[in-house]
This record gives sequence, C-alpha cells and structure tokens, in this order.
Amino acid sequence: MSGARRAVLALLVLTLPLWLANPYFLHVVIMAGIFSILALSLNLLLGYTGQLSLGHAAFFGIGAYTSALLTLGPEWSFWLALPCAIALAALAGFLIGRLALKLRGAYFVLVTISFAGVIALVSVNWMELTNGPLGLPGVPAPVLGPWSLRAKRAYYYLVLAAVLLAYLVCRRLVGSRIGRAFVAIRENEALAESVGVDVTHYLVLAAVVSAAMAGMAGSLYAHYTRFVSPEVFLFGYTVTMVIMVVAGGKGTLAGPLVGAFIFTALPEALRAVTSWQWQMLTYGVLLVALVFFLPRGIVPAVRAWRVRNAP
Amino acid sequence: MAELLQHLVNGLVLGGTYALLGIGLTLIFGLMNVVNFAHGEFYTLGAYAAFAALGLAGANFFVAVLAAIACGAALGAVCELTLLRPLRAESIDTTMLVMIGVWIAMQNAELLVWGGVAKSIPHPFPTAPLRVFVLVLAAGLIVLSYLLIHTTRLGTAMRATFQDRDTAALMGVRIGRMHTVTFAFGSALAAAAGALLGPVFLAYPSMGDLASLKAFSVVILGGLGNLPGATLGGLLLGLAEELGAGYVSSGYRDAAGFVIIILVLLLRPAGLFRKQERIG
Repeated sequence: MSGARRAVLALLVLTLPLWLANPYFLHVVIMAGIFSILALSLNLLLGYTGQLSLGHAAFFGIGAYTSALLTLGPEWSFWLALPCAIALAALAGFLIGRLALKLRGAYFVLVTISFAGVIALVSVNWMELTNGPLGLPGVPAPVLGPWSLRAKRAYYYLVLAAVLLAYLVCRRLVGSRIGRAFVAIRENEALAESVGVDVTHYLVLAAVVSAAMAGMAGSLYAHYTRFVSPEVFLFGYTVTMVIMVVAGGKGTLAGPLVGAFIFTALPEALRAVTSWQWQMLTYGVLLVALVFFLPRGIVPAVRAWRVRNAP
Repeated sequence: MAELLQHLVNGLVLGGTYALLGIGLTLIFGLMNVVNFAHGEFYTLGAYAAFAALGLAGANFFVAVLAAIACGAALGAVCELTLLRPLRAESIDTTMLVMIGVWIAMQNAELLVWGGVAKSIPHPFPTAPLRVFVLVLAAGLIVLSYLLIHTTRLGTAMRATFQDRDTAALMGVRIGRMHTVTFAFGSALAAAAGALLGPVFLAYPSMGDLASLKAFSVVILGGLGNLPGATLGGLLLGLAEELGAGYVSSGYRDAAGFVIIILVLLLRPAGLFRKQERIG
C-alpha cells in the first residue's frame, strides 16, 4: 500500500463514526473490530505456528466472564478488570499449551475442543459463580475519566485502539526472531529443532499471547453487549474465527482483518437480502465455495493477482 | 438394583449408537485423513429420514432404518465426489473447513425443511422393548461392518489403502473409489445411528452437534482406524455418560466425552486398546 492510500485509509477509519451515522452499521463495525482481535489471535497460532486451536471460544469466554464478574461483584473499574481478564485467559492458554502442545494436528484440535466444551459446561452448571444459563446481565459500560464509553461512537474508539494494539503486537512478534521461530516450526518442526529452536517453548509462547488477545476481545465484548451468558463459549464463535482466518489468508497480517470484516458483514448482508432461514444456509454454501476456489485465502489470492498483473 | 439395570440398558443403547457413529468416523478419519465435522449431520439426516419413513410414509421400522442408511450413503457419496475428491491434494485444514461449511449448510437446510421444533418419531414398540430392539439392531450393524471390512475383497482393499496408500495403488486398488466407498459407508453408519436413536429421543436440527464431538471421542478412545476399539469405546462412553448422569451429576453428562478426549490423548495418545495404527 502506498503512503497516500495508507493516509486515506487511516483518515477513513479515524473519522468513521462521524460519517457512518446509522447505529446498526456502527454496531456491525464494532463487532467486526472485536472479531478482528479474535482472528488476529487465532492467526498467531494457526497461521504462524501451524497449530489449529478449536478451543479459542474458551479464552474469549474466560475473558468475558472474568471481566463481567470483577466489575459486577467487587465493582472494580473496567480498566482493572481488563488486565485481569487478559491475564486469566493467558494463564488458561499457558496450561493448555503446556498440556496439549505435545500433540499435533487433529489430536491437538480435539483436545482444544474438549477443553472449551468442559469450560462451557462449567459455566452452565456453576450457578453460584456464573448464574448458569441465565447469564450475567447489567455488566457496566467502561468509564474513562468523566466520560462514559457507553455510546457506540465512544466504544468504537476503544475497540479501534484494542485492534491496533493487537495488530501491532502481532506485527512486532512476527517480524522478530520469535516470529521466525514460529514459521520455522510450521514449515519443518524437525529441522527447526535441529537448528536449536526450542519448539515447546515457542509453541507455548504463541498459545499464551494468542489466548491473552482472545481474553481481551472477550472483555471488550462483555462490556459492549453488557450481558454475558454461556453462549460466549459456543463452538460457533470458534468456527467463525477459523473461517475469518482461513478465508482472509492465514499466515498474513492483513488476512484476519479482511476476513473478520467480510464474515461479520456477510451474515448481516444476507439477512437483509434473504429470509433468516436461508441466511445461515447460504453462509455455509459460501464458505464451501470460498475454500474450494481460494483455498489459500483472499489476501494471498489478491497479492498473487497483483503480481501477475503488475506492469 | 432395578435403577442400576435401567442405567445399564440405557448406557448400552447409547453406547451402541455411539459405536456406530465412531466406526463410521474412524474409517473416514483414518483412511481419508478428513476431520469430518459434518459426521453428526449425517446422524441428523438418518433421524429425519426415519421420521419421514415412519411418520409420513407409514413404513415399518426396518424399512425406515434401511431408508436412512440409503440416504446417508447416497449423500455421503455425493459429498465425497463433489467436494472432497477435488481437494484431495489440499491440507487437512482445508478439507476440515469445507466439512464445517457442509455442517452449517446441512444443519440449516434441515431447519428449513423440518422447522426448529423437535419431532417425535412414532414407533411400534412400548419403551423398554424399543431400547432392546435398538441395541440388537446396532449390534447387528456393527457385526456386519466388521464382516465387511474383514471378509470381503472391498474390505481388504480398504485395509490396504489405510496401511499404505501408494503400495495399495500399485497393487491395483483404485484409491479414488475407496475414498468414495469409505465416506459413503461411514455416513451410512452415522445415518443408521440417527435412525436408531431418533425414536428413543427426538429429532431436531442441532442434534448432530454433540454427536460429532462424541464420535470424535469414541475414535480417540478406540484408536484411529480400529473397529473393535471404536465399538468398545462407544459402549464405554455410553455407559460412562449414563452412569455419570445417574449417580454423579446430570448437568455434566456431556462432559464425559470431553474429559475422555483430554485424558486419553494426554495419557495414552494411541488409544486405549491399540498396539499400532491399523484398520480392522
């Protein structure tokens, strides 16, 4: 992207709430932002180290519940609850990483699914803590100094800052020695190990950072919808994240962002043009078609197209 | 005592159908290396096929189960030919994502056709004999699949493909056809499980979600490509769930499968019953 285009994009993003007056559209953009963080987080594991976690909804849900419980029970401020949510999700990521990352491929996938399944059942059954299937209503909106961030416009900037932070963390990490170790493990684990890459150390590191980011997204989600229920653990959230990463282009930094925006907007657009029964059916068919024709994802496909048509 | 007996029978009925699901998935996963998240949807398909045959067409129970098996096999073959065959060179993530798409599409197609309200499948038996009958049918189907894999030419070709695809191809096994047959066979078993368990419970569009995950836990418990393992694994899971729900906590009923996956993979990643990866 050239400098001028980048400046225009930055200007558009920064002024978005000023020209996008429709609150419904703004809501879709905020959700796309939260999903961008989740997609970036999953991409770190799936795209760079090559390990597919299908338990990411667990980290998202742990972040959401931690943040909601701390602001509801002891009435902590959002700015204290957010780091706690991130830390607890990171701890869960560390445990899962330590335990499960000696497994590879489909077996790692299944352990992560099961972990998320157990956590979801705990959230339904531990009535005293989580209020069970009824969920936790009335999660307070964050307050920044004298201002409440309850309005969608204000929340947009909060989410934007979080997306930027997640993006920059990923970019720094991927561009560093650590990122090269990740890619080396993805491409050839035995070879990476033979040149001195501590495979387990780097995989656990990727899992911790990834889980922490998902926890941050969970906290932002809890304080945005202001209601947390066991639905945050739905397998559907994980599936959405995977779709966003793979369709956007795994192992690229722009891919998850592109995927998150397309696949947050797509169901909403489908809802506008078709009836609700056809919405998810079309979504499934589109997903199959996308993987079928662009198995490497949108961003790499666009890049390849540009190279081919370069003057 | 009567209560324990009741739990045991229920556990065996559940376990028998889990075994059918698991055998289907262990063949697909083991032979084709496809993480088939749509497996549970074939289970749902079987339940609805049985509902259509029993409730709408007024057929008898055997015909209903056969209709479900035929539907599962046909749709499984179509799925393999149109979606999986062109993607055989792609990575396991790609085919998994396609199967996730199939799962979403099938589930919502079922919602569209049958509506979201759970359907009760009419059956000619009182409750207790129904369960015994389901168990006997499930056992029969398991024995049939075992015979198919072990005594027929087709089964030999399938086992050969699982052990060493390239050598099998050199010996004249048509690998593409093996994949189609395996996927159709596995899907048919899942549909049979749905048709058998459907009358015991209810048929509803999202019933396949947990079935997929349970099938995966059965596969892991038994070891990849291991038919007796999947059978024992299915029965164990069914009994564990039923006894756990009866004597520990019914809220955590579905946790049994998840805990099994985690513990077996961490402690005995090769499965409970297996010496090495094999089929048969």
